[in-house]
Amino acid sequence: MGNPNVGKSVIFSRLTGVHVIASNYPGTTVGYSRGSMKLGDEIAEVIDVPGTYTLEATTEAEEIAAQMLNSGDIVINVIDATNLERNLYLTLQLLERNIPVIIALNMWDDTEHRGIHIDLDKLRGFLGVPIIPTVATTGQGIKELAESIPRAASPDIPTHNRDERWTSIGNIIDQVQHITHHHHTWRERLEDASAKPVSGAFLATAVLAGSFMAIRAMGEGLINHVLDPLFNNLWAPVILKLSSFLGGSGLLHSITIGNIVGGEVNFLESFGLLTTGLYVPFAMVMPYIIPFYLVLGLLEDIGYLPRLAVLMDTIMHRLGLHGYAIIPTMLGLGCNVPAIMATRILESKRERFIAATLISIAIPCAAAQAMIFGLVGAHGGQYVAIIYGTLFLIWITLGTILNRAVKGFSPELLIEIPPYRLPSWRTVSKKLWMRAYGFLVEAIPIILGAVAVINILYAYGAFDAVVNFTAPVVTGLLGLPKEAVTALALGFLRKDIALGMLAPLALSTKQLIIGSVVLSAFFPCIAVFVILLRELGVKNVVKSTGIMLATALLAGGILNLIL
Amino acid sequence: MSGKKQVTLRQMSDGQSGIVSQIQGGHGLTNRLNAMGIRPGKKVTRVGSALMRGPVTIKVGNARVAIGFGMAGKIMIDLV
Repeated sequence: MGNPNVGKSVIFSRLTGVHVIASNYPGTTVGYSRGSMKLGDEIAEVIDVPGTYTLEATTEAEEIAAQMLNSGDIVINVIDATNLERNLYLTLQLLERNIPVIIALNMWDDTEHRGIHIDLDKLRGFLGVPIIPTVATTGQGIKELAESIPRAASPDIPTHNRDERWTSIGNIIDQVQHITHHHHTWRERLEDASAKPVSGAFLATAVLAGSFMAIRAMGEGLINHVLDPLFNNLWAPVILKLSSFLGGSGLLHSITIGNIVGGEVNFLESFGLLTTGLYVPFAMVMPYIIPFYLVLGLLEDIGYLPRLAVLMDTIMHRLGLHGYAIIPTMLGLGCNVPAIMATRILESKRERFIAATLISIAIPCAAAQAMIFGLVGAHGGQYVAIIYGTLFLIWITLGTILNRAVKGFSPELLIEIPPYRLPSWRTVSKKLWMRAYGFLVEAIPIILGAVAVINILYAYGAFDAVVNFTAPVVTGLLGLPKEAVTALALGFLRKDIALGMLAPLALSTKQLIIGSVVLSAFFPCIAVFVILLRELGVKNVVKSTGIMLATALLAGGILNLIL
Repeated sequence: MSGKKQVTLRQMSDGQSGIVSQIQGGHGLTNRLNAMGIRPGKKVTRVGSALMRGPVTIKVGNARVAIGFGMAGKIMIDLV
């Protein structure tokens, strides 16, 4: 346990070998992860607990932390050595409880150049528990920490009130720590510049624009120079051979390969397991997932995201949120599932409802975005801009409405801004690998399953009834061909393959735009739906779903009229 | 200690330092700020702010904390 952003997740990873996402901002861990480590001859369970400043919780993540304390046998209290005074508040609260504590004095390497000197022996004397200096990112001190866990002690100090705790911390600090002057580093200068109104806004624009361009360039590069050539030059001939082997038609042919038009494989339109089923995840979505999570991981580890939260605070308040909601929103651009989990860093139920609803509707995940780029981008960048512009307008408008309509009030921003850190390639690449692998494991079975089931249903004409039933809404209101219903229905499973289904329909650019907006806005995919149910409860999800359907139909209808 | 001037965190200018004298807020606010080390008697330095009544960023100890504009108006500071 420990304050937010002191490196608990990194220490957890080091102790257990379990990989968890760790970043340089408070609130990375919102649930808890379990792992195990060897302790002598026994196997001990280790739990990574969300950060908290106090055991008197103020957010859901902090509440989880306070509750976890009751189920543990030993607490490893992780302390940021560069912020000893504030971190000791939670430590004293822990020492007042009847539970053995051991302290990892983390970021030990950072104290020296900040001019902080800590007398370890004296500190051990005051607290009465083992204290191990550690540098979690490099692994320094971790072995000693693990070996010292059995020495964890409960000094059994009497319960104090707030002011008494601060008085004793004051005494400890006076005798244990002294600070010498140090020169301002370039990092601190940059930290100051990010906090000033004008240079901060300028920097934010540069960072966001730079990120977008980098992701696009890398994504397109991967598609044009690596994956498209691979599929077209190596995979296509194999498919053609297989096609003639299967006799060019029949149920098995349409499930595995799909339609071969004019003797050529069209990976996007053929719609078989081995054609579109592989092409969509590997050659269309994956090339954007990798650069997106690379850039996000870098921004996370540098410590930029909380600064963005501060700059966005005023705008976010209009939407009934505060600036920190920008972090779940940014995560949502990758995948809505972790984004909705991350809304736990927000304090009130009302904020969590608004944030989760807005993310499900107006924030397209990386898979959906990659498909939009692939499908609509081919017709021209301005059409992609129309889709993003529409979603942005929905985000602002709906947020403003929800802010007025949902009862309660939203608290103000109060967050710690982490120092800028040079990201370590080890953490960044590990995080990228976890997220990209996570995408593949979750997406591919669903995509392949969907392609197979749809081909079978098509072969038996099962869609006709549904298509005719929903035709008035789809054709009348949205101006889409009635076959698009299958794509919209499939959106419930996964957005990427659903957008892929629009490809063989020979839609006009206008129809593609409407289809993309409606698919992004209405009904979240099933994975998001499950998380929404868990995080918001049935009643709120019903409300949220109603809002989604209404918004998607309204936005689609309006686009149909004005484009 | 003469010529001490009391202002709110909002009214401070960037780069200025002072001692927190009082937090004019409810129990919840005082508790949250307290746990983050922002309490009467503590020295803080204002680092910057965001446009359009955005949050105020301060330095307390070695940590930087961003505080919403409304809250910042409730934190009283004795300038040093």
